[in-house]
Amino acid sequence: MLNKTDQEFGEKCLHSDPISWVEKYADYLYGFAISRIRDEEVAKDLVQDTFLAALQRLDGFEGNSQEKTWLTAILKNKIADFYRKRSSSSVKDLREMDVEGELKDFFDAESGHWTEKDYPRAFGLEMYNPLMMKELGFVLNKCLAKLPGLWFSVFSMKHMDDLASEQICNELKLTNANFWVIMHRTKLNLRACLQKNWN
Amino acid sequence: MTSALRNIIYNCKQATFLIEKRIAGKITAAETLQLHVHLKGCSVCKIYQRQSILINKVFSDFENSDVKLDETFKKILKDKIEKEINKN
Repeated sequence: MLNKTDQEFGEKCLHSDPISWVEKYADYLYGFAISRIRDEEVAKDLVQDTFLAALQRLDGFEGNSQEKTWLTAILKNKIADFYRKRSSSSVKDLREMDVEGELKDFFDAESGHWTEKDYPRAFGLEMYNPLMMKELGFVLNKCLAKLPGLWFSVFSMKHMDDLASEQICNELKLTNANFWVIMHRTKLNLRACLQKNWN
Repeated sequence: MTSALRNIIYNCKQATFLIEKRIAGKITAAETLQLHVHLKGCSVCKIYQRQSILINKVFSDFENSDVKLDETFKKILKDKIEKEINKN
């Protein structure tokens, strides 16, 4: 009886070798998660959840797809769940959703012209400079962390995974009009945050 | 001049909205014309547009940066997986 169990377990593992997962895939999966979440702790949790969920589903892994592809697909689902959860907990009323609780308008209510204090000014990055781009990336991550959850989800789904707006609206239960208002306000806030914290 | 065109010439809010829509989706031919006229005369929105594209690039370039998990966490992960396997 013991032998049979051993044998079954052996067969089950033919397609996949969980002992080597961390070695082979942990860095890759972490990079995938953190680029979409921008939060180290959450990204770590999702990588761990992915491995544990994969262990539960070892039986279902036929070896048809690459192990890496299979694990990434599980992680993608976990990220989608995370986006949905963060988005549903944000208030969907756009008037109440601005960064740091204050409603920044950036524009004159009547003319729609930039208010003078909000004028975009050059970042001084006209020449391509990899080091400065990296630095800008750090500042951007700090600015992203201040965004309301729903905004971040929308922005990341659009720009990391290049999803169609219809699909994002479906997943996050948004109207098309709201989607574009969020895209616009997200960028206005990120840009202003960069301008404030850059230099 | 149509009123839509006249409205947008000074309207940076609408112009930046169209800039975002054009970058991440598509805008109509009429909107393209409106935006073109606006940008001809508005250097501030031209800066905005350049920076908006830069932000998208910096955001998506992050994926290619070489992030790694710390070894302590990897060790914990490994132990958890082994423990889970031995349960079966």
